[in-house]
Order: sequence, then structure tokens, then C-alpha cells
Amino acid sequence: MKLTGAEILWECLVREGVEVVFGYPGGANMPLYDAMLNYPIHHVLVRHEQGGAHMADGYARASGKVGVAMGTSGPGATNLVTGIATAMMDSSPVVFITGQVAAHLIGGDAFQEVDVTGITLPITKHNYLVTRPDEIAEVVREAFYIARSGRPGPVLIDICKNAQIEKAEFEYPDEVKLPGYKPPVHAPKASLEQAVRLLEKAKRPVILLGHGALISGAEEVIQHFAVKTQTPVAMTLLGLGAFPASHPLSLGMMGMHGEAHTNLAIQNADLLLGFGMRFDDRVTGTLKTYAPNAKKIHVEIDPSEVHKNVKVDVPLVGDLKAVVTDLVPMVDEYEHEEWMQQIAEWKSEGDARSIMSWPEDGKLYVAHMVHDLWEATGGGAIITTDVGQHQMWSAQYYFLEKPNRWITSGGAGTMGFGLPSAIGAWFAHKDQEIWAVAGDGGFQMTAAELSTAVQEGANVKVAIMNNGFLGMVRQWQEFFFEKRYSGVHMKAPDFVKLADAHGVPARRVTKPEEVKEAIEWARKTEGPVVLEFVVVQEDAVYPMVPAGAALDQMLRRPTRQK
Amino acid sequence: MQYTFITLVENKPGVLNRVASLFRRRNFNIESLAVGRTERPDVSRMTIVVGCNDDMDAHKIEANLYKLVNVIDVQDVTKQPSVTRDLALIKVKAGPERRAEVNNLAEIFRARIVDVAPDSLIVEVTGTEEKIEGMMELLRPIGIMEMVRTGQIAMTRGAYEGERHTPGANGNGWHDEDESGLAEY
Repeated sequence: MKLTGAEILWECLVREGVEVVFGYPGGANMPLYDAMLNYPIHHVLVRHEQGGAHMADGYARASGKVGVAMGTSGPGATNLVTGIATAMMDSSPVVFITGQVAAHLIGGDAFQEVDVTGITLPITKHNYLVTRPDEIAEVVREAFYIARSGRPGPVLIDICKNAQIEKAEFEYPDEVKLPGYKPPVHAPKASLEQAVRLLEKAKRPVILLGHGALISGAEEVIQHFAVKTQTPVAMTLLGLGAFPASHPLSLGMMGMHGEAHTNLAIQNADLLLGFGMRFDDRVTGTLKTYAPNAKKIHVEIDPSEVHKNVKVDVPLVGDLKAVVTDLVPMVDEYEHEEWMQQIAEWKSEGDARSIMSWPEDGKLYVAHMVHDLWEATGGGAIITTDVGQHQMWSAQYYFLEKPNRWITSGGAGTMGFGLPSAIGAWFAHKDQEIWAVAGDGGFQMTAAELSTAVQEGANVKVAIMNNGFLGMVRQWQEFFFEKRYSGVHMKAPDFVKLADAHGVPARRVTKPEEVKEAIEWARKTEGPVVLEFVVVQEDAVYPMVPAGAALDQMLRRPTRQK
Repeated sequence: MQYTFITLVENKPGVLNRVASLFRRRNFNIESLAVGRTERPDVSRMTIVVGCNDDMDAHKIEANLYKLVNVIDVQDVTKQPSVTRDLALIKVKAGPERRAEVNNLAEIFRARIVDVAPDSLIVEVTGTEEKIEGMMELLRPIGIMEMVRTGQIAMTRGAYEGERHTPGANGNGWHDEDESGLAEY
């Protein structure tokens, strides 16, 4: 049967199991919007395409499925760019569908024409320009496969308007033919044996657990492996939740704002096992002095990440779950009591400096608020964040026991990610409690999506940490620019009134004793809610490894308050 | 040091741009790039010469090329026995009085004169980079008006294969025997 290209697209999306798309219509994708009415896929009208991109990203990360965002040609497509780069840096499977001017107009600077496949080439896993309707089915099938397999990532499909309108025979391909795309699963036996020999000799091993653990669904087998080999587990920002925070072997987060004992353990280790992580500069500090005495095993699905930042001794290129499953029967049960004791000593020293041990002083600290939120929600809510101080405090103090509840922009560090990704996550898990934690700066970048949340009745709670500054930049200026504050003071609108204008219930919290009650009120109130926390203005995130410093050269929280 | 890679890619629009863009993005400088069809209509072959500091750079290039969905195979033939060829057309400023001189040089280099005009000649020379550089050196005093080169193409000798810095990538190398180590579609 012959269908229009637009109909073919929706037929394909239905077959890929798409339930919801986040989009914005315009001249070059109107045929897609017209055909959409006949298909059982829910469309969310976003307020800005960047918001739509983050929603699809949040949906993908919360559900493990492929998210879909749509935009028209020209500015519609360029507005998606930040969201595409965000998904790329964090290996998030999102398919982006943009309209393009008719094929015969391409290259002529037609109205709302931009070379979107050219623009997005370096920030997509792959992209397509479709000029004929008979290409659509194959391209969509490939795009979804590429987006979710191997190391996931965003795939963009740019569809010319004529290809949306013209008709073609529709048949959904059973399989994809990609001679250049065969993701690895298992690692070679000889390399596995090399890894086991290193493990046998190790006295001070540490597992570095990354986002790959969540993507490959390796949480259980990694716990089994860690317990069997008695190896402590440190997590990257995006790996949080992959190993239970309360587990005796958990070291929490590593890196620039990781716990001191975690970074000390890494620096003093004699074996590092990088599991689905990429030795990013935010987790290694300066490479010259990084874990100088450690042999390194790197389990990674993307061969270009191996030896990229850190030269490793045993690369195991494959799917993390498959590789660790292969490793478990090959290793014996080890004991590292001395090592665990040393780490425990470091930890108790750090606990004394923790802001959690401070006496109540009547001031409202973000860390305390996050702790209260963690208690109130039993650590089980889905938390999305923006980027900056509140993100680090959330990572430090919302202790995650279960996977896929932590949605944050890590690699790209995209402000404005929190609210839209929370809305996306809600479409994946309408039964779960969802909190977007944002700063006053980041929230304002995509605040318009509050209106989307209202239109969709999205049950997301927004916690705005208002310190009147772009906090993280301010912190850097305080530490490294002699407190010369430049461009960081921000006068925010009245967030309660702003929420009110959207018909969203809202409260302002200024005292620590009001926090718990406000959180409970938000939890009980159906639909979107905004809580503004007026917090200490010039607080800093500790510990902190200054950029370019060694991982164990941390700035520590002063033991007394200012 | 210059490294030479043989890369097989899908014969599809835009693939050259993807490859070239990758080198730019990862901060590698292409010395020469030759693209053409192969014995298979759906596959194109690129010979890429690129400056690398060491084998780690070569590893980086190879691994990144495999990230491109359209790249099927990458081999580093720098240190393998291989035949490499470059073709140059050189327009030499030479009237009738110097034709014989150019002709003699061409013979020594097994080059050919492919065009004769009243005051110029076009010499076609094929060979390794060094040979072409050598010929240019000798033609320069006579007067080179124009020159064009194809860039290097390469092929390993006999049963030799290029080196693989990322064995197993895209099923090339150890995954070859049975594809059991790879994902299913």
C-alpha cells in the first residue's frame, strides 16, 4: 500500500514503540503534524525546542527507551542543538526529527533553511538527510537501532518537505544493514585472563563505576563482582545509583567534588577498574599525577575511549554487563581488609568536616535541604538537576540506592536541563515521585517549560535554590579570581508569583525549620509545584579539586564556619 | 611521522565529509587523502596520510574512524610491506630547444610526456612520494608552471594485512571467525 512519507514516519514510530514525542511545529514539518493526528502517539507541545530536546533526553534516561524530539527547519532545528550536544556527551538515546525545505530548494538559502545535518555532524552519533519518501522506513529503523545500541547517542533525521508529502510503498524492514556498525559485546578471553592476573595481585583495588553500568544494566552483576573480590566502588557523577550508596563497599562520588576519602582511595590504589566510564578531566584531575601507582583495567564499549585520556594496561572493549559476567566466574574471593580499614580512616576524617555535622545556625544551606528531601522521599524519587552548585550538593547528599533515578547533564554541563528533563521523566514514570532541583540561574533558562508542565499536568516538583548568584562561577571567582565577582550577581523574579501566573502552587522557604513541612506540602499537592528556597548566598561546594590540580589536592570545607 | 591508513567506507553521499570533519574535530592534520571506487560498487576506499606523534595517535585515529557508522574497515599500513603510489602531472615551461632535456629526465624517471605545446610540456609521473619529489627537484630549474598530485594510494603486498590498533572493532580482527562477540540486530 502506498502511503505519504509523513504517514510512513508515524507507522515507523508506532512500530518502534514510541508513546510520546516532544515537538514544535512549523512550515517545514506541517505534513508530519497533519499525519500525526491519525496515530496513537501523544504529542507534547514544548515552549522552546531546547526544552523538547531535554524532555526527550530525560524520558530516555528514565525509561531506558529511545526518546523522540521534533522541530521544524531553520531556527527550529538550531534550537535543538544544545539538547543534541547534551544527549551526545551523556550517551543518551534520542532520535531527533527535523523538517527540511523541499529537496529541490536545498542549497538555495530558502526561507528557514539551514544545513542541519552539517551543523549536527559532530554532535550526533549519526545523522540522515532524507530527500525521498521511500528512504524513510529504512532510515528510521536504522536510526532507532543506532541510537539505542552500542554506546547510545542522539541520531538526527532531517526530512525534506517533499519527502513528507510524496507517496511510496511502505514496508518496515525486518533488519538493518549496517556493514560499518557492529558494536562489540564480549572481550577476548586472553585479555580477560590478563585482567584476572592483575586482580589476583592487587592489594588496593578500586572500581570506578560510570554511566555505562546503567546503560548496559550491569548493576547486579557488578555488585556481585565487587562483593566477591571485595573491591570498593567509586562512582562518576552519571554513574550514581549504579551501586547502592549505603553498601559497605560504596565510596560515593569521585572527582572534582567527590568525597575526600574517595579521591584518596583512587590516588593510593594499586589497581583501578574503569567500568563504563571515560576518565573525564572532572574525575581525574591532572593526568600527570593521576593514580600513579595503579595498574588500570578499562571495560568500555567505545574503543575510542580506550587510552584516550589515561593509558591503560588491560583494555576490555565490550558491553560492561557481558564482560563483567564473563569475569565473575574467573575470579576468586579476595580479601582487602587493610585497604578497607585505611579508607574507613580517611572517611571518618572527612565526616568530621561534613556540613551535616554542623550545628543548626538558623541559615538555610542547600546541602541540608537536599538531605531533608532525601529523608522525606526515602531516597526513592527521580531527581533531575541543572548544572552548578546545587547539582553537586544533590549528587553529594541525595544518596541513591537504586539505578536510573538520577538525571543530570554531566558531560555537556547544560544549564536549563533540570525542569524539562523532569517533565520528560514524568512521561516515562507517571507513578513515581519526580523532583527537579535547579538554581535560580539555570531555572530561568528554560522556565517557560513550566507552562508545558501545566498543559500536560506533569506531576513534577521544582525546587529552586535561590542564592542570588550564579553560584558555581561565583565560587570559582572567590577561590581563583580574588573574589572579584564579575557577571554573577543575578536579580531573580519573584518565583512564587511567576509560578502563580502559570497556575502552579508555590511557596517560598527562608528558614531551615520550614523545609520539611514545605517538602511534605509539595508532595501532597497534585501536579506541578514550585518551591523557592532562599539559601545562603556565598556557600561553596567542598571538597573541591581545582582545575589542573592533582586529585588528592583538595580544597576542604573549613572546620569552622565563616 | 607520517602514517598511512587504508579505510573502507560505504559508498554513500556525505561520507567523505564525515571522515574529513572527524580529522578536523580531533585535531589531526591530513597530509593527503585519495578516495575512489573499489571492486565492490557499494564500497569506497580512502587512503589517508596523516601526521602522528606515535602509535597512540594512530590508535586514536583508527578508533575514532570506527565511530563513524559508515566506516567498515581501517588498517594502518605504515609499517607493513606495501605498494604506495602517487601520480603527478607537471607542466614544464620548455620550448623546442629544451624538449629533449625534459624527455631525457622523463625517461630516467619512467615518466611520460602526455602533452606538447609550443612553449610547454606536461609530464605524467607515477611512483612513491620520494620519486615524485626527486623529479620535481630536477624539473624546477627548467621551470615548473603548474603541478597537480592525486595524493597517495596504498595496497599491502601479498597476504599482508595492515596493523590493527583496535582489534575487534566492527568485527575486524579477533571477532572475525564467528561474529559471536558482536551485538545482534
